[in-house]
Amino acid sequence: MKYIIAIIQPDRLDTVMERLTEKEIHLVTVSQVLGRGRQKGIAEIYRSHKEAGSLLKKIKIEVAVNDEFAQATLDAIMQGARSGRIGDGKIFVFDLEQVQRIRTGEQGPSAIG
Amino acid sequence: MLSFLARGRVFLLAGLICMAGLVSPVGAAEDLAQKAAPASVLDSGDIAWMLLASALVMLMTPGLAFFYGGLVRKKNILSIMMQCFMILCIVSLQWIFCGYSLAFGPDVGGVIGNLDWLGLKGVGMAPGAYAPHIPHRLFAIYQMMFAVITPALICGAFAERMRFSAFCIFSLLWSTLVYAPVAHWVWGAGGFLGTMGGWGTVDFAGGIVVHVNAGMAALAAVLVMGKRHGFPHAISPPHNLPFAVLGAALLWFGWYGFNAGSALGANALAVNAFMATHAAGAVAGLVWCLLDWLKFGKPTTLGMITGAVAGLAAVTPASGFVELSGAVWIGVLAGIVCWLSVTAMKAKFNYDDSLDAFGVHGVGGFLGSVAVGLWATQTANPAGVNGLFYGHAAQFWIQLKACTIVAAYSFVVSWLLFKLVDHIIGLRVTHDEESIGLDLSQHREAGYTVID
Repeated sequence: MKYIIAIIQPDRLDTVMERLTEKEIHLVTVSQVLGRGRQKGIAEIYRSHKEAGSLLKKIKIEVAVNDEFAQATLDAIMQGARSGRIGDGKIFVFDLEQVQRIRTGEQGPSAIG
Repeated sequence: MLSFLARGRVFLLAGLICMAGLVSPVGAAEDLAQKAAPASVLDSGDIAWMLLASALVMLMTPGLAFFYGGLVRKKNILSIMMQCFMILCIVSLQWIFCGYSLAFGPDVGGVIGNLDWLGLKGVGMAPGAYAPHIPHRLFAIYQMMFAVITPALICGAFAERMRFSAFCIFSLLWSTLVYAPVAHWVWGAGGFLGTMGGWGTVDFAGGIVVHVNAGMAALAAVLVMGKRHGFPHAISPPHNLPFAVLGAALLWFGWYGFNAGSALGANALAVNAFMATHAAGAVAGLVWCLLDWLKFGKPTTLGMITGAVAGLAAVTPASGFVELSGAVWIGVLAGIVCWLSVTAMKAKFNYDDSLDAFGVHGVGGFLGSVAVGLWATQTANPAGVNGLFYGHAAQFWIQLKACTIVAAYSFVVSWLLFKLVDHIIGLRVTHDEESIGLDLSQHREAGYTVID
């Protein structure tokens, strides 16, 4: 089982969700985060006080998948989120040790989908 | 056995109930006086305008709550709003009880009014000495709104770190020992600075009485209270600039009542003041915007609204004494000088005037109150004065002297009051309380839910 975290541009979320749904991947968690990459963001100024370490708005998508769906998930996110410009984001893949469905208590691959 | 603070609150409540008995209804004597006077003395147009103007100035206090509130961190928004609302309640009552009498009552030695008008006794529906065409009580109402917003301005200096109980005590003491005397000196009959038996200082709507006064108290606050933890590098940006813009808009709107209402009638002078007010605000906002654009490459919303407020503050003492051109010049100067004071002066001296109460109101008010000594002209107000540019240099020096005296008095007494309150009860919250935020630590409330 794999846990996939993707940081993407906020305006790409709708497209990524469409691609994931096309590949039958429905279970996701989405959150708003702040972040920056090598481009260091835009320095904000408030009454002549320059903020250091500026962060930009991003969207974090988290998906838990069985191994056979992992590549499809990566492809879907890539297709949906990629614009070719700096700031497109990154995808991280983790090994997922255990999953448990809260309602039924079932564990393992059957608890994922 | 009740704690010290709890006992204090019980006494305050008991005092309020007793005070309710002291507040005087309009006496029979005033009614008779009104019936005997010619019907034209009270003017319904003037009364209507002044009622509205009073409401406009009242609106500036919640407006200030939004302006300041949007500029602080999310965890402190309620503390700002609570401070403003508490002042609205507590200073209004103080004004009715003794503040109006001390500020505008029969003169004692040129420095303070007496307590003849305690509870607004004798302040009835007949016109008083200050405004010939409206009830004396209406003048008291109008002035009450000024007395309310002035201490609220100081909140900008100690935002995000003052204990609420200390704040309440300080505000009450400040209104009585600083605002009332200064208002008496400049606006009270017999006050030693003003035009009714004094040196002849003019202050149309409160450049000295409100802005210099509050601004210097703000500076005292900054020096006594010290910096917020993490200043200057770890201070978060404004959490809700749209609120700040809303607040600035409400302030600008209310300022028509603040300045044009100081004509105390619906007349040509009010129109002049309205136009001067608006022009100065507009020009100062633009100037600040352009300065930001030049220096940082982009115009900022916060800069523009701050500039507008600076211009409105600076033109406050001058609005009823200058021509439109003078108002525009004052706006330009306010934009430039206040921008410098916030950009350069604050950074250079590294003090934490959190929301620039000194930088904008103190500096802007001082600038405008002295500038009226330059640009005042009797062509704008036949009952006014002429300034240096119109042949009467003495006015400039009178203004400068008065501003300096008030600035010194306000600074020193405010500083002492802060020290006193710090000694009795402690001014600052603890480091932990400051990190958690004043909303939770002082009021057990959260301004916003994070999870529904």
